[in-house]
Amino acid sequence: MKELKSQGSLPNSPGTPGGSSPRDKRPTGLNTEIQARIGHQLRAMYDDVVRQGVPDRFSELIRKLDDPNAAKSAAKPEGSD
Amino acid sequence: MPLTDSLRDDILAAVPNLRAFAISLSGNADRADDLVQETLLRAIANIDSFQVGSNLPAWLFTILRNLFRSDYRKRRREVEDADGSYAKTLKSQPSQHTHIEFEEFRVALDKLPQDQREALILVGASGFSYEDAAAICGCAVGTIKSRVNRARSKLSNLLYVEGADDFGPDNTVRAVIGGSGG
Repeated sequence: MKELKSQGSLPNSPGTPGGSSPRDKRPTGLNTEIQARIGHQLRAMYDDVVRQGVPDRFSELIRKLDDPNAAKSAAKPEGSD
Repeated sequence: MPLTDSLRDDILAAVPNLRAFAISLSGNADRADDLVQETLLRAIANIDSFQVGSNLPAWLFTILRNLFRSDYRKRRREVEDADGSYAKTLKSQPSQHTHIEFEEFRVALDKLPQDQREALILVGASGFSYEDAAAICGCAVGTIKSRVNRARSKLSNLLYVEGADDFGPDNTVRAVIGGSGG
C-alpha cells in the first residue's frame, strides 16, 4: 500500500497535521485541526492508563505462573484463535 | 517456545498497553483488568504457539481483542454502564472543562461501531502499523485504513458538529444512557 507511515512500537503522531494525510475527504484547515485534536484526546486517554504501569496483581500473576501447566489449569481450555 | 524469564519480562512489559487497550475498548476499568488477566493466562497457557521473533505485543493484543469480542457478544444485552462509573463521574460535574471534554470523548468513542473503535485505538493510540493492526483484527490492511478514517470522521461529527451547540453534561448523560448504538 502506498501511504504507509513507518510507525514503530511507540505511539508517534498519526493525528498530527501536515504529515502525509490519509484523510483526504475534506482537507480543510478546520478538519485537520479537529483530527489533530481527536488524535491528541485519544492518546491522552490511552497514555493516562499506560502511565499507571503494571498493577501488582499482574506482576504477581506472572511470577506465580512459572509452571505452564498451572497456567493451563487456570485458563479456560477453549482456544484463543 | 517455552516461557523463559525474558519472555515473562516482555509479557509484563506489555501489560500497561494491554490495560490501556482494554479500557479503551470496554470503557470499564474493572472489566478491562479482568480481560487483561484472562489474556495473560491464555497467553501463558498457549505460549508454545508463540513464534520466536514474532511480534509479542501484537500476539497479546490479538488474544485480548478476541476475548473482548466473545465477551462483548455475551454481554451485549446487559446494561452497558452497569456499575454506573460514567454517571458517577458525570454527576460530580468536575469544574475543569478538560475533564468534561474527556468524558465527552470517552462517550463518543463508545458510540463508534466496534470495528472502527478498535482500529482507531490500535493505530491512533497503541501505535501499531496498519499491517499489525490488520493482523490483530484478522482483516485486510485497506479495511483497517478505511475503518480508521471512518472512525475519525464519525468522532469529529459527534464531538465537533452535532454537539457543538449544546455541549454539556446533560447531553453527555443522554449519550451515556442511549449510547450503545452505532
